[in-house]
Amino acid sequence: MERFAELLDRLVLTPSRNGKLRLIIDYFSTVPDPDRGYGLAGLTGGLDFPAIKPAMLRTLVMERVDPVLFDYSYDYVGDLAETVSLIWPSRGGGTAAPTLSEVVRRLAQASRSDAPAVMGGLLDDLSPSGRFAAIKLATGGLRVGVSARLTKQALAAFGEVDVHEIEELWHGLAPPYEPFFAWLEKRGPRPQNAALAPFRPVMLAHAVAEADFSTIRSEDYAAEWKWDGIRVQAVNQGGVRRLYSRTGDDISGAFPDLLEAMDFEGALDGELLVGDPQQRTGTFSDLQQRLNRKTVSRTMLRDYPVFMRCYDALTLDKRDIRALPYVERRELLEAFVSRLSPERFDLSPNIAFATLEELDEKRCNPLHPVIEGVMLKRKDSPYLPGRPKGPWFKWKRDPYTVDAVLMYAQRGHGKRSSFYSDYTFGVWSGPPEDPVLVPVGKAYFGFTDEELRQLDKYVRENTIERFGPVRAVRADRNHGLVLEVAFEGLQRSTRHKSGVAMRFPRISRLRWDKPAHEADRLETLEAMLPPS
Amino acid sequence: MNARQLLRSRPEGLYCPSGDFFIDPVRPVERALITHGHSDHARAGHGAVMATRETLDIMGLRYGTGFAGRMQEARLGETVTVNGVRVTFHPAGHVLGSAQISVEANGLRIVASGDYKRSRDPTCAAFEPITCDVFITEATFGLPVFTHPDPAHEISQLLTSLKQFPERTHIVGAYSLGKAQRVIALLREAGYGETIYIHGALARLCAYYEETGVPLGPLQPATVEGKADAPPAGAIVVAPPSAMDDRWSRRFADPLSCFASGWMRIRQRVRQRGVELPLIISDHADWDELTASIRDTGASEVWVTHGREEALVRWCELNGISARPLHLAGYEDEAE
Ligand SMILES: [Zn+2]
Repeated sequence: MERFAELLDRLVLTPSRNGKLRLIIDYFSTVPDPDRGYGLAGLTGGLDFPAIKPAMLRTLVMERVDPVLFDYSYDYVGDLAETVSLIWPSRGGGTAAPTLSEVVRRLAQASRSDAPAVMGGLLDDLSPSGRFAAIKLATGGLRVGVSARLTKQALAAFGEVDVHEIEELWHGLAPPYEPFFAWLEKRGPRPQNAALAPFRPVMLAHAVAEADFSTIRSEDYAAEWKWDGIRVQAVNQGGVRRLYSRTGDDISGAFPDLLEAMDFEGALDGELLVGDPQQRTGTFSDLQQRLNRKTVSRTMLRDYPVFMRCYDALTLDKRDIRALPYVERRELLEAFVSRLSPERFDLSPNIAFATLEELDEKRCNPLHPVIEGVMLKRKDSPYLPGRPKGPWFKWKRDPYTVDAVLMYAQRGHGKRSSFYSDYTFGVWSGPPEDPVLVPVGKAYFGFTDEELRQLDKYVRENTIERFGPVRAVRADRNHGLVLEVAFEGLQRSTRHKSGVAMRFPRISRLRWDKPAHEADRLETLEAMLPPS
Repeated sequence: MNARQLLRSRPEGLYCPSGDFFIDPVRPVERALITHGHSDHARAGHGAVMATRETLDIMGLRYGTGFAGRMQEARLGETVTVNGVRVTFHPAGHVLGSAQISVEANGLRIVASGDYKRSRDPTCAAFEPITCDVFITEATFGLPVFTHPDPAHEISQLLTSLKQFPERTHIVGAYSLGKAQRVIALLREAGYGETIYIHGALARLCAYYEETGVPLGPLQPATVEGKADAPPAGAIVVAPPSAMDDRWSRRFADPLSCFASGWMRIRQRVRQRGVELPLIISDHADWDELTASIRDTGASEVWVTHGREEALVRWCELNGISARPLHLAGYEDEAE
């Protein structure tokens, strides 16, 4: 554990990218299996210990430390995890500190009821810096300024292979990655079999900004509707069927109805929606009935059937077509989808348009309420992983929405005073490798009582700090709740740290499905500002 | 006689009325007893100074030989009577020559710790706990979050970084009296035999440590007037913290800034200073050493001074020892 703790501390303090790379490579070269594999998982956000809640730390430490001494210390240090790690009474002597693998094993086995005892036992056994790393690992907030991409680049340099090879393999791998390290060290075969029906990185679009319109020539682009469901990748390879979320989470288990109909060979990109493609497209709240469920009842399957509206194809009949231009992929996709079950699959149609003005007109008057805008896709663009700038744009119907991350919650007034119903949210700012959230606004949540209860529960379980009626909620790259915020306009503001102020913001949707690091950046808001 | 009649705080510093002397006064006084050579404890311009041989020498190096009217060497463990008050110097383990001062009259003994630490230091004599009625303790790191690791571990971090970044000059910020020589001695203990480059401000003190029998191995000035050749890439340069931030450090190859201090335990402090490699090496007691020392002296009363008094006072209360903060002006809170 010590080596991992040291690595984290060094990474935070090493500003240069090359310096970080060197530290990570050195870690992989000098730490044995399986510890380095768990270190890799920690750096790439591949470890999750849902039983451990940040709120339990304060309780644990208060059972052991005089509250007055704790307050003096916390005031001075300013960070809860760090204060706890330093003030925790060390047992001293005897037993060797647990390895990272041991720490991960104990955290993973913790149940909701014994989690405090497990965490307390770990803190007893570790050194101060080991405790700090264990707390950060357990509560998911490493924040060492290292993206998963940088870590993969370090792996590529360590194994002298191309980084794309690693990205392609990545989703078929699991901690502690021993066969993978064996391959990188030329001691073993490329770990292929693990990667049956793998997830392939999804291509994402930039929100179109005012400045982009001057460079977009309408004849170079095709347009599609942007449907309001969740983006998925459906893969069937050699009979192995998987449905992935856009981040590569395997969500097959929740959608047996779609899985059953995936009788093809290929990897399709599209939107998961509720309804029947030939007759009815359900709303996002219909779809929400099917999300975040471990098991699905027969009534659920009957009342809220899902289908996939296809946008694109990555592989078809064992052929990788990602390098082909968009228009060629579309042609192949169209023929392919026509052979699939019409109750479960259809093609997202192209929108005919001659000028951007015409497209704008259609965007503002969409043919269906479940459309939230249009997509512009360059006709010659290959299917690229990530969010390349230029080939794909999203142009939302309501120009004033952003995805922000919940930062603080405050108790409401009147009949909602027992709920946390008043929310402060932020967007990402600073270097992409180590972004920080800056608050951009505050809004009430005006949805159903059921949603309010869910949100209230989320706030209570993820509280990291309390100030009177306000709770600070865990919000970092790997953990956080994304809120879609709609607003009437945007102005420059010197009173706000972010430099922008929203007019009449409201929370239009809870994005339980969206990872916190994919929330918008401050630049997206700045691009919406009226020209000054 | 009660304790406050024996020693009390005055604007000049801690004063003994019956002995008519001050301990570590911050303004010129007629008679001063000085615990150690750090400048916030040892000032120039007193009428008479009593201190250990090393502290007198160090004051001479810093202020010139005429730093006081008269000088009297205090030998560790030997009791001297000053105007009827029995005074004894005991080692404090802080820096070369550092001492605690025991003041005794009418069967009442007060020990003023000066600055002290309990962890091993190859460059000075180790702290000895002295049984007393009142213990005046420093509290620089008087919060339970301050736990200093084994300094050998910190030095190994520095040596690891040198292997990871062999093209970068590792500049170690360390106070010029005590910390710098300790870091160098620890590097030698860890087997580092290369020339270590030192800032000009350290030269005389390092030479003095060597004269008194503390071997520091091969040292070279980091910069020589009129000569452009800097230390080779990958060298260790030791410099006072003030030199770290200014242009001086920018002449070296891709400098990697290290800082040897107990403050480096707190991440916020590390970030504020822009340090890339913190080395938690302290010449002051950490929380466990402070509380252990209070117990070891058997004192029934504790006065807490320069640092975070309130937490240590709280700890004494919880442990049934009467305690109060002793407010002395003029000490630098941040000094180490
Ligand atoms: Zn000192």
